[in-house]
This record gives sequence, C-alpha cells and structure tokens, in this order.
Amino acid sequence: MVDVKRIQEGSYDLISIIGEVDASSSIELDNAMSEAINSGRKEFLVDCSALEYISSAGLGVFMSYIEEFKRHEISIAFFGLNEKVANVFEILGLDQLLTIKDSKEEAQSTL
Amino acid sequence: MLSAKAIIRLSTLVSILAWVALVFTDLSIVFSSTSSINQSVGEEIPKILLSVFTFAIFLYFKFKIEKAESINFVDLLWKVFVTGLVVTIISLFFRLILNLLGSTKLAENVVFLDFLYLANLGLVISFLVSTFIVWKRLILYQKSKFLLTTWKVFEYGLLASLIYSLFDGPAVVWFREYFIAILILLGLFLSANMKWVAYLNFKQKWKSILLIALAMFYLGYFSFTLAGFAGDISETTTLFQDFRDSVFIISMISFIAVYALFSLLVILFNLPTSSVFEQKLEEVLNFQRLSQSVQTEQNEERVYDILLESSVSTVLADAAWIELHGPNGQSTYFTHNIEEDAIIKIKEHFLDNNIKGILDKGSDKTKNLGKFLSTLKGTSYRSMIAFPVHVKGKQEATLALLKDVSDGFNKENANIIDAFSNQAGISIENFRLLSEAIQNERYKEELKIAKKVQSSLLPQTLESSDYFDVAAFSEAADEVGGDYYDTLKIDDDRMAIIISDVSGKGTSAAFHMSQMKGVFQSLAQLDLEPKDFLVKANTALSKCLDKTSFITTSYFIIDTKKQCVDFARAGHCPTLFFNAKEKEWQFFQNKGLGLGILRSGDFANFIQPNSFKYKSGDIIVLYTDGITEAKNFKNDEYGYERLQEAVSRSVDASVIDIQELIIKDLYDFTGSPIIDDDYTTLIVKFK
Repeated sequence: MVDVKRIQEGSYDLISIIGEVDASSSIELDNAMSEAINSGRKEFLVDCSALEYISSAGLGVFMSYIEEFKRHEISIAFFGLNEKVANVFEILGLDQLLTIKDSKEEAQSTL
Repeated sequence: MLSAKAIIRLSTLVSILAWVALVFTDLSIVFSSTSSINQSVGEEIPKILLSVFTFAIFLYFKFKIEKAESINFVDLLWKVFVTGLVVTIISLFFRLILNLLGSTKLAENVVFLDFLYLANLGLVISFLVSTFIVWKRLILYQKSKFLLTTWKVFEYGLLASLIYSLFDGPAVVWFREYFIAILILLGLFLSANMKWVAYLNFKQKWKSILLIALAMFYLGYFSFTLAGFAGDISETTTLFQDFRDSVFIISMISFIAVYALFSLLVILFNLPTSSVFEQKLEEVLNFQRLSQSVQTEQNEERVYDILLESSVSTVLADAAWIELHGPNGQSTYFTHNIEEDAIIKIKEHFLDNNIKGILDKGSDKTKNLGKFLSTLKGTSYRSMIAFPVHVKGKQEATLALLKDVSDGFNKENANIIDAFSNQAGISIENFRLLSEAIQNERYKEELKIAKKVQSSLLPQTLESSDYFDVAAFSEAADEVGGDYYDTLKIDDDRMAIIISDVSGKGTSAAFHMSQMKGVFQSLAQLDLEPKDFLVKANTALSKCLDKTSFITTSYFIIDTKKQCVDFARAGHCPTLFFNAKEKEWQFFQNKGLGLGILRSGDFANFIQPNSFKYKSGDIIVLYTDGITEAKNFKNDEYGYERLQEAVSRSVDASVIDIQELIIKDLYDFTGSPIIDDDYTTLIVKFK
C-alpha cells in the first residue's frame, strides 16, 4: 500500500512517497520513478517523511535507477527519512550513493 | 422387532393355519345345520378365523410388495396380473372338477360346495389384498401429508371392518351399509391420485392398459364365481361365511374396481400427450449431459458435439452446425446433415443482404433468421435460428439450426436451445477452470521440487574446527527462499564463512541465491582478502542479477592461528559480536554496499574491511534482516535490541542452544508460525 505523488515545485519536481513499500507495492513505486525520469525533468526531491517502511524489493527500485540518474544527468535528493527507513538505506550502503538529507531545505540546496 | 423376512414367513404360516381351521369349523357348522345335529363349534369361530386369515394375508403382502425396492409401475401391475392369473387358474381347476362331477350327489352336497366356496374365497382375498397394496404404492407415489393421513384413515377403516365383522345384532347390521358407504367414498376420493401415470412412456402406457384391463376382468370373474357359490349355498343354509355381508370384501372390491377403471381411463386419455412428456424428459436429460460433460475426461470439442446432438434431437431440426470462432478469424465447423459449402453459402447470403445477426456476431437480436432464407436460391431450408455460445462473456461459437418448413421453430424451441447454449458455455468455462486448476497443481509440484533442490544448496553439514563451534538455521517464507550461508576451509588455520540475503523473496530470489553459492564456492578457494572477495563477487553477480535485484552479504575469514577475524560487509545487517571477557556487545557498522547495486566502476571504494581479535567464549551472531524486521501483531519489529537480549540470556550455552533460544524468542514475539521473510542465523562461538 503505497501512494506516490509528483508535483512540480519551481525548478524541481517533488516526489512524495506515502505508506509502505513492499514486494507488491514496489511495482507502483517503480512505475512512478520511471515516469518521473521519462518526463524530461532534471531535478527531483523525494519526500520520504510519510514513508513508513521499505523492504529490500523497494530499495531495489531506487537502486535500479541510480545509474540512469547518472546517465540522464539527473540530480535527486532524498529527505525526511524516519529512523528505521534511514537505517535500512544506510545498512545497504545506499546512503553512499544517494543524497540523503534531514530537511527539505538541505536537500534543495544540493540540487 | 421382527425382521421383514420373519414377518413374511410367520404371516404365511398363520394364514394357512387360519384357512385350514376355517374350513374345518365352517364345514362342521354347515354340516350340522343341514343335518340337524347339535353344533359343537360356536358360530363366531369361523368369523374370527376368516378375519385372522385376512389380516395375515394383509401383513404378508404389505411386507412382500410394499417394502420391495423397485418402484417400476409396470412391474407392480405385472405382480397384480400374475397373482390374478394364479388365482384364476386354481379357481378354474375347481370349476372343472365341479363340472366333471356334473349333477352327481357330491356336486349338490352343500358341504362340498362350501369347501369350494371357501377355497375360492381365500384365493380372492389374496388377490384383493395384493392388488390393494399395489394400488397403495401407486396412489402414494408423490405423497403429501394430507394424502398420507387420508390413506391411513382408509386403511385403518378397512382393518376395523375385520373386527366389526365379528359382531352381530340388529345395530351392527343397520350400520353395515353406512360403513361400506363411508369406505367406498374414501376410496373414491383416494382414487383421484394418478400422478404415476404421467411418468409412463408411450410403451409403458400400453402395457399398463393391458394389465389393468386384465385385472378388472379377474375381479369381475371372481365376484361372479363367488356370488354363484354363495347363492347356491344360501339356498340350503345361511350359516356360512357369506362375503356379501363382509364390509371388508365389498369395500375392497369396489375400491379396486374404481381405481382400476380410473387408471384405465386416465392412461387412455394421456396416451396422445405422452410424447410431449417424453420430449420434456429428453430435454432435461440432454441438459444434464451438457452440464456433466466436463466431469469426465472429455474435452471442449465433446461439449460442442453434445450441444449439437442435443439441440437437433430436441427441436427435431433437419440440419445444424456450430461454428467455432478461432482466435485469428478462422472458423471450425461441427455439422449435422449439412456441408460446409452450404454453410458458407448461407453466411455469404446473409452478408450480401446486410443482415445483421448472431451469425456474424453483429448483434444477438436477430435470432430467428428464417424469413431471410426465402431469398436464397438452391436451398431447401425455410426456417433457421441461431444462438451464441458465450464463454466468460466472449462469444466463442455460434449454433445454427435449420428446418425444411417455414416457421419451424416455436418459442419453446428457442428457449430450450438458448438454455442449451448457455449451459454449453458454462461447461466450457468450467472445463477451462478445471484445466487451470490442474495446471496450478502441477506448478505446485514443480515448486516442491524446487524447494528440495534449493534446500540441498544450503550445506548439510558445516565445516568443523577444534577452536570454535558453528551452528546455522534457515527457514524460507515461501516454498523457496533467498537466504544463504556456507563455510569453507581455506587451509589448516583459516576458514571462510558467508551469510547472504537476496533482495525480494520466492523463486527469483532462490535463483540468485544459487548463483551466490557458485560465486562463494569458487572465489573462497582463491584465498582472497574479504574486500577482494566482495569486489570480485560484485563483478560476477552484476552480470547475472536482474535489474532490481541485489544481494547483501558478509564474508568472514577466521584465522585460528592469529586468533583474529577479518571481514567485510556488502550491505548486510551488521554483525553482532559478544566480547566474553569484557561482557561487551557490539554491532559492526563498517561501511559497505550491497552486491549488484553498483554494477560498473568503483564498487571497491564503498567497501570498508574490518578485523578483530577474539578470545575464548566470544560469540559472533550472523543473521538476515528477516529476523530483525519480523513484526508482531502490533506491527513492532523484532529489532536489534531484542536479538541482542536473546543472545545475552544464553552466552554460556552451546551454539545450538543459543540458536534455539533465538528462534523460540522470535516466534514467541511474532506469535505466528507464518513468516513474512526468510529467517537465517549462523552462530560462531570460540572455545
């Protein structure tokens, strides 16, 4: 059960992930991410403040786009991760590959 | 209670004894009354004996016929006919004797006449009672409570009349006629129940008419014979068992005669309509065949065959076809009495005349296409109806029926064929569901095999060492899992240990897990540093993992000579280490990136190897995130703290005991034997 919203906010698009991402709902996240990349926009902020849980399959979605972000010269930053979700990103090492910040302002400044 | 067999035997014996006794007593009374000798036997004795005899016969046939399994009406009537025939033959035999004697003294002797009369009376009572029981079965076919009650009143009334006949006196004689009248009226009322007639087919009806007519003939003959004897005897004496005074016999004769007459007439009048009833029955049977056609080993073609056959025979069509609409627009035909060329001609004719209808799937409104046929040359068909066969809402086939006469199909025909087509669609749908179910069952079997294969991928025994103990446990959430652990001896002093978790779960995870095993078994032999191992593993796996899959792993080399552990972590859960001397717990949080996440370039930059010294009693706990992320009903996670606490309660125990304690604690926490993600632990304890 996940709800992914994308809103244009000035120069960047804000993607909000609301709910839990597990093996079945990761498909929805995948569709939303692929749509975002194909939209031609180059700057994204991902709001994870309402993301309650993410499974390894959900992380797989972000992971699979890392190289595409590079190829399309897309800059993307995550913010608002709760402790549990941040820990999951960290253990897997994704924090080394993705820009993860506490607040929206910090994230925005990295774009 | 006595069994039915015992009752039949007992009643036979009683009836014979009663009849023999009846003959002796009655003859002695008649003899004494004509020879003016004092009677030695009371007048009421033969009456009682006659009642006993009748009752015994009644019981005999009740159990013989009423309890018989078969409910075939013609068989029942046949029983009446046979009983009647036997009785007639014996009766004729007596008549023959009497005729042979001519007008001799014996033939005019009233005692001898009485004997013959009693013999006839016994036989006729048997015939009456047996017929009565058969009538009962016919009348009570499809019974209601009311009918059953009425019948009981009637039957008890008749039995009461047996007792009634034992009494004498003016009041009894006065009431007798009313009694008879009541019983006859009840009989008349019951005779209106003829439902069984409807279930006879044409042939059975003719047979029944014949058998009932013969039964009526017997009845007439018997009444006539008995009346003759009774008349002759009563000229001399009145002290014999005159059946004309018996309420029972008179009521029986009238009831049987009335019901026989009614049945005869009803069957006769039903003869012309029996074909309609048979037709309806045929429809029901066809319907049943259609709906049951999937249950046997039959296929979809067979369903269409049955549909075609049933439809043709039900509406008596002259020709018919079923067109199967294939996926690529090509059609297959099932035909009856018509060539494919003719079908195509008819279809083209409709197409040319722009007739939208069921044939071209254009609409389902024009079911009756007969009027358009008249313009088609070279065909003898004058009426036609067509129906779609829908499977899961999609028209898969079209059924068309043709007749030589115009307006050959009425509304009933259309209704029943419509029902047939629908049923055929349902049958085909069921057939497909059944096939799918079988297919699924096969997949399940395949998965079981996969599980077997996969469980053999996990090591059956771990490498052993003199310096430490190792125990491991793994449980998959689905049939197959994505967790992996293994050990490999590098040389005398060093051993490699690995734990891995493939992202996701189920079959795809299981495939990747087997790849991980291949990578470990080949790379570990090369005596690589943990970091080099992970870098090479990442390169190898990057070429075979699918886009969204990755593998987290921790790789350890335990060196028992240096008493030191070198390790590196690739995105796997931090290793839990217990320092026994300092009583300190530690999760090793060194940096690491999951395998397959970065598939090109500088993966090595993201791996930070680590090492530590160990002493006796120290414990290493490896686990997968299935354990720390296991949730209870409150949606709380098991977490790192609970894991650490569980181990800390048993630091002095053996590795097996520690492992069991962790598993027990975990299942107690989740409160359910069903697990969401694969659970794996591997515990090392140094000696």
